[in-house]
Amino acid sequence: MHASVRPAVSVNIPPSLTNVPPRESAAALSMRMTLSKVNFFYGAKQTLFDISMGIAANKVTALIGPSGCGKSTLLRTLNRMHETIRNARLEGEILLDGQNILKQDVTAHRRRVGMVFQRPNPFPKSIFDNVAYGLRINGSKVPLADAVEKSLRHAALWEEAKDHLHKSAYELSGGQQQRLCIARALAVEPEVLLLDEPCSALDPISTAKIEELLVQLKELCTLVIVTHNMQQAARVSDFTAFLLIGQLIEFSPTPQLFTTPSDPRTEAYITGRFG
Amino acid sequence: MERHFEKDLNELKERLLWMGSLAERSVHQAVHAVLESDEPLAKRVLEEEDAINELQMEIDDRVVQLLALHQLMATDLRFVLAISRINNDLERIGDQAVNIAQGALRILRHPRVKPYVDLPRMSDLVEETVRNALNAMVRRDVDLAHRVLATDDQVDHYRDQIFRELLTYMMGDSSVVFPAFELILVAKNLERIGDHATNIAEDVIYIVQGQDVRHPTVDRR
Amino acid sequence: MNGRLKWRKFVSGFMLTMTGVCAFVAVSVLFLILGYLVYNGGSSINWAFFTKLPTPVGETGGGMANAIVGSGKLLLVATLIGVPVGFFGAIYLAEFSGSMTAFIVRYAADLLNGVPSIVIGIFAFAVVVQPFKHFSTLAGGFALGLMMIPITLRSTEQFLLSVPLALREGAMALGASKWKTIATVIVPAAYRGILTAVLLAFARVAGETAPLLFTALGNRYWSPGWNQPIESLPHMVYTYGISAYEDWHRQAWAAGLVLLGLILAINIIARAILSRGIAVPRS
Repeated sequence: MHASVRPAVSVNIPPSLTNVPPRESAAALSMRMTLSKVNFFYGAKQTLFDISMGIAANKVTALIGPSGCGKSTLLRTLNRMHETIRNARLEGEILLDGQNILKQDVTAHRRRVGMVFQRPNPFPKSIFDNVAYGLRINGSKVPLADAVEKSLRHAALWEEAKDHLHKSAYELSGGQQQRLCIARALAVEPEVLLLDEPCSALDPISTAKIEELLVQLKELCTLVIVTHNMQQAARVSDFTAFLLIGQLIEFSPTPQLFTTPSDPRTEAYITGRFG
Repeated sequence: MERHFEKDLNELKERLLWMGSLAERSVHQAVHAVLESDEPLAKRVLEEEDAINELQMEIDDRVVQLLALHQLMATDLRFVLAISRINNDLERIGDQAVNIAQGALRILRHPRVKPYVDLPRMSDLVEETVRNALNAMVRRDVDLAHRVLATDDQVDHYRDQIFRELLTYMMGDSSVVFPAFELILVAKNLERIGDHATNIAEDVIYIVQGQDVRHPTVDRR
Repeated sequence: MNGRLKWRKFVSGFMLTMTGVCAFVAVSVLFLILGYLVYNGGSSINWAFFTKLPTPVGETGGGMANAIVGSGKLLLVATLIGVPVGFFGAIYLAEFSGSMTAFIVRYAADLLNGVPSIVIGIFAFAVVVQPFKHFSTLAGGFALGLMMIPITLRSTEQFLLSVPLALREGAMALGASKWKTIATVIVPAAYRGILTAVLLAFARVAGETAPLLFTALGNRYWSPGWNQPIESLPHMVYTYGISAYEDWHRQAWAAGLVLLGLILAINIIARAILSRGIAVPRS
């Protein structure tokens, strides 16, 4: 594009346009997490088959697919929550910053990879104590009041909560409780934040607020979100993975997956012609 | 509450405005190449065509993405659809400018047929029309858009006048047929440019008021 | 056809009346007992009752101070034995055990609950009184404590299990170990229920007499330390009630009234605490 040539006549073009910036190119992306040939079993039944993919740092990666496709299962392997279930078995490798997460201490790992759940689950404590919980149990030495304020600001809840920090978390509305859970997870400064259908229990306006929040949180950490609402994945994510019956069918940058998917099964799903 | 796709919408609008300014300049340069027999100016128009075409493809790409990813509604939706149409009109304007420039290159090989009187007036009007159409889009100015629609007749009138005049010249002197004919084509191109500007004005009215004013005689009941 | 209908109506009305009467009887028994106690023992409740020691046979006056304090000491020992065992056992059952172990432990606890209190008394006699060669507060408290275990254990386990999985997962996802999750989230979430369980167990054993017969025995005076026989309110009801003296009879009624009043109060408080609900997130 001949950006150096200026038009002789002007059309009231805003001054910012004198040098139109080029389209954002797919710069070399670093992967915060990598999955290699991950297979997952509940007892004898296999639910994830040979999943290999990378989670790009400081981007939002969405996992979509029909019910039972294994997206929540896959998400839970990333912070080893699958280990709370008796017959669960994982094969393959999952790396965080190059280290195999399965060989680390599990509680230390869960501080680096946090999770927000489908239904808001604040503890029966005050708002302050909820956010400070992670810091307290990890014996953190930082001044709690500052850390709590910082987290609540990151979660866009500070203005609404700052005068009520010692009230019970249950007095908040559903959308506020979910933002509180996000603040609670952010307080320990995780590298990756996992979100399992975080908006499915919320009304549309709360959902919109949280979606905008997620886009802003990219600067702080890497996000992985499971959603059964593929429009949400389209709005919010940078990369989307489509899963079907435990297999990874397609994994592409979001604009590409939703405009020109490469697999016919992906196309069938996103055009609503599935099943 | 600001949504993050608004950034993408703004970038799209900026790209379109940039394209509009490039198209406008092409028209201006091409016409002056004819009026002043300026060969380098005509050649510059041909070189700058690529920039306009590149922008058209980029804008279309962005439109598809915005529609696929963001479930746009109401004004946002009409805006993006209208941008898609204006995009095409601007590219056609660019094409017409190129045609005029090519015509200029052919004309300047011949002596001037007659002093240019109506042609500069017509080209000024057409340039103004294009400028107004783009301004109407920037400012969402429906009144300005309506005024653009009103000048269409005047542009057609100029074209007819130039046709008749040059036809008379051609009938009188067969040696001027070639350049005169090229001039007629230039007038035709200018008139087409005016039409595209009118289309843009109609799209502006659609964006702002949701009204489709393209074919008033069609009964939509 | 008309006769059929009449018969059905009669049966329906009859059953409604019968069930209503039985329900009424059940409720009124409680009030009858209370009424009897108040009528017969109310007059004997005075300051002396609470502060004086029993008088020698034949003399009037005197009180049950030693029995009241005695009951208190016995229940203290019982709580110290029964509550920790029940509480931590419940945590084990709710959080750590596999289904087979849990089944066995629960079954055993339920069976223990059904053991006659006098048998528990004999057991305590063999285990505490004989080796120490004393009837004692310790033995009595031990017997009562054993009775508190199954109640505390099963109730606490229920309340721990009722804490939603979501809260546990939330804590674990923040890097809390299993034990920290229990201590900082689950137990605080269930604390109302656990407190209720403890209070109800306490109320249950406060009125037990049979196990005390072989262990605490009885004592007309203050009981020093923990290794001497000790008096208790339920035992006094028996001792005085069965005697020949009018004055003692009245005091027995009074003791019964105090005991019942204490147990009713604890029950009412416990249920009030529980009705405030177990802490659950709003859905």
